Parts: sequence; C-alpha cells; structure tokens
Amino acid sequence: MHEFLQQVFSGLAAGAIYASVALALVMIYRSTDLVNFAQGEMAMFSTYIAWTLVNAGLPFWAAFALTLVASFIGGMLIERVVIRPVENAPVLAAVIVTIGLLLIFNSLAGWLYSYTVQDFPSPFPDRPLLHSLLTTRDLGVIAVTLIMLVLLFLFFRFTSTGLAMRAAAQNPASARLCGIPVGRMLAIGWGLAAAIGATAGIMVAPVLFLDPNMMGGVLLYAFAGALLGGITSPVGAVVGGLIVGVTENLVGTYLIASQLKLTVALALIILVLVFRPNGLFGTAIVRRV
Amino acid sequence: MASILELRAVKAFYGQSEVVHGIDVAVEEGGMTVLLGANGAGKTTTLRAICGMIRTEGEILFAGKRLHRRATEDIAGIGVAHVPEGRGTFIGLTVEENLRLGGYTRQRNTQANMQRMFGYFPILAERRQQQGGALSGGEQQMLAIARALMMEPRLLVLDEPSFGLAPRVVDDIFKIIARIQKQERVSVLLVEQNANLALELADHAYLLETGYVVASGSAKTLADDPQIRRAYLGY
Repeated sequence: MHEFLQQVFSGLAAGAIYASVALALVMIYRSTDLVNFAQGEMAMFSTYIAWTLVNAGLPFWAAFALTLVASFIGGMLIERVVIRPVENAPVLAAVIVTIGLLLIFNSLAGWLYSYTVQDFPSPFPDRPLLHSLLTTRDLGVIAVTLIMLVLLFLFFRFTSTGLAMRAAAQNPASARLCGIPVGRMLAIGWGLAAAIGATAGIMVAPVLFLDPNMMGGVLLYAFAGALLGGITSPVGAVVGGLIVGVTENLVGTYLIASQLKLTVALALIILVLVFRPNGLFGTAIVRRV
Repeated sequence: MASILELRAVKAFYGQSEVVHGIDVAVEEGGMTVLLGANGAGKTTTLRAICGMIRTEGEILFAGKRLHRRATEDIAGIGVAHVPEGRGTFIGLTVEENLRLGGYTRQRNTQANMQRMFGYFPILAERRQQQGGALSGGEQQMLAIARALMMEPRLLVLDEPSFGLAPRVVDDIFKIIARIQKQERVSVLLVEQNANLALELADHAYLLETGYVVASGSAKTLADDPQIRRAYLGY
C-alpha cells in the first residue's frame, strides 16, 4: 500500500508537467484549431535559456522569471512570423509548419548547446515527506503547477484581456465586430502557451536531465492527457494530464517494464480516439455546412 | 442634414465574384435608413462591406473618415456597431460577459452602460449569469443589440433583427429599437425582410436588386410607390 501511494504521488508530480503542456496545447487548439507539435521543443528551448541564465550566475527564480518573459515574447513572435501567414491555409499546411518548428528548435538547440545531456538545478531540496510518501521536490513541482493554473484561471475569468481572448477563440468574426483585435489575442495566446511550456520544461529538467530531446516523451504524454480531457477543454487537459501521469507510473511499476512506459501514452491515445473521441470534458465539434 | 455614413460607387466581392456593383447609399445623422430587397440582393453584403469584413472597391465615409482598407476591429472602435446576421452571440459565455465584450473599447463606462442596457432589456438583467446559448431567439437578439450599444456607437448597423422570431417578439424588438434610437441619439442602418415594419420605422429607404440600387427615397415615398407595394409589401 505504501509503495502504491508513493507511486501515485510521484505520478501526480509527473502528471502536473503533462497537465501544463496539455494545457498549452489546448489553448492553441481552441484559438487556432491547430495542434502545435512544436510545443514540447519550444519548452525545451526555453529550458536551455533558463539553464544559460543560471550558469551565468543568476539566482534560480530570477532566471525562471526572465525565461518566462522571453518565452512569452518568443511565442508571440512565432505566431506573428510563422503561423499568421498560414492562418487561412488548409490545416495540413499549418500542421506541417509546426512540425517544421519542432525540427528547427531541436536542431537549433543541438547546434547551440550540443546534444550532451546536462545537469539542471532544482529549486527544491530532495527530502522525503510524510513517511517518504512523496518528496519535497514532487511537492514543489505540484505547487508551482497549481499556482500557475490558479493565475491562469484568474486571468481568463476576471481580466478583460482574458475575456477577449476567450471571445476571440470562440467567435472571431463577432469578436472583431466588438472591436477586439483578434490577431493580437492569438499572439498573446501563443505567448502564454510558450510560457506555460517553459514552466513545465524547467520543472521537469532536474528529473529528466536537459538535452534537446528531453520533451519528446513529455509531449506524447501531454497529447494523451489533452485528448483524454477532450482537446477543447482546459480543465480537461489538466485532469487528463494528471490521470496520464498517475496511470503511466502505476502501469510502469506493476504491469510492464518501465522502459515500455511510453506505450501507455500511445495506448491511451488510441483508446480515447476509439471509445470516447470527445474525451472526458470535451464538446463534440459540429460543423455546419 | 449631414450624412454620418456615405457609400460612393461601392463594389463588394466574395472572393473573385462581384456581388454589389457600385452602389451609392447615405445614412443621415440621427436618422434610420433601411435597405430592402429580396434574398441575394446584396443587403448583408453591403453591411459586411461597411465593416471591412470583405473586399471592397469605392469609397466608404464614416463621419468624414475613410473606412476603406481599415480592419474590422478599428471600424468598430471608431463607432460603428454591427449586429451581424445570426446575431453573433458568444454562446459559451454568460450574458454579462457578452455585454462586457461589447464594452471592450469603452471599458471605463462598462458598468454604467450595462445598467442602462438592463433598463432597456430587463430580461437580460434576470439572465445575466446564464450562458448566451441558453437564451431564446428574441432574448439573443436583445442581447446582440445591447452588446452593440455597449460600444457607445454613432452608427448602429442591424442585419435582420426580425429573423426567425415570432411576430409578437418582432413588434417588441422594433419598439425598443425606435426607443433606443431616440434616447441614445444613434443613427441606424437597418436591413430587413419585413418591409412593412421597416418602412413604418425608417425615414429613408433603398431598394436593392441583384447588387444594384433600383429605387431610393424617403420611406413614405417608397411605401406609396404602387410597384414597390405590389412586389415587396404585398398589397
């Protein structure tokens, strides 16, 4: 029982990371109808920025904050420069662009920082808590994710920019008629998604170690989480991410070799698509013709 | 009287095809002008052209400013409030959020404006926490008009406010529109299939056929024209 609970808690810590990336995916999907395959690599690149800043001698949290700002700006620029031109192109063209971005960020990181695996500092000490049910590090990761989620919720619920972003995602034509600059809202959405991804990357890097391929597996788990929650639902993305984290950890401990854990994500994706395509919280997408 | 809106030889396009072929339309400051015509005459297209939603040629002047090639959101920002075909309700957001969105460009006055809207449409106050999609058709039309007025517009553009509504509800809506026009001192450009009702309310009218203006004048003149009466008013 003790081991089981231990695995649940460390699954929640991993799940918090997947939940963050899943949330970033859902935000972009809702506003641009586009699955951003580069989300993981963008997060990886942000993590390298943080790593550079920490190595330059900045305190961890200062590097963290600066990285979020840089990622936000970077995300906005990507939307403006690369995504905007294919906004009205067929979906496949836009998907190819995000896959291109994935490759570019991966190679760029490899070229700038080499493919050598790097140590990444954790801001949290690694001490056991509650009869070693969980570690302070797990708790720290979960806490940071929760704080981020609460801040995002408050932003979307109570600020006029947050409301305008929801309106622009839901009904862009009508939002424009209200005087809302929809293009700017989309750019802010990409910026936020990049910053959320950066948080996930920085939180996961001490565990996975930093290298250009660090986020590959995370992205797959995040996809599974986003699909499980219903690709249109932010709450669903978070719940889905957490469920995937716990499931993956338990299955890896009790059922299959932990090297095969990634298949859990694939199996989940297929199961969701076959049996419940709208996920747990999603709404069916009906297009009128 | 001065015109708040003037269209001069305006052509409008969907993709490559020209749908409106060089029309002249004017809306007087403080007045109500109606565009009449059958389905496919180009009424909705003309409204879309004004708000920069489609490609246009020719000159569109609003309060002396050229609207040509301006973004839709900028046109909304300078005082043109467009209630589109289908009402444009944000169905997943609450009534109150819908109204706040209407006030996006006038955030300082949002609270006061919202209270004023609840005065015109008490039903919206009752339903302020409900989702827009949960409202009836008539209530959604009221919400759409209120959302547009939250922008403190100088010109209110209404695309078939009667569409899909029961006759009694239509009467109510048009009464409120007439009242709002006086109290808010806003000019109105109206597209309406229900020509009888529209000509009663409006002071100027244009009749569109397949992308051309085929008749125009005071609402009274058009209502008395025997040919128009036979074709559009049914008596």
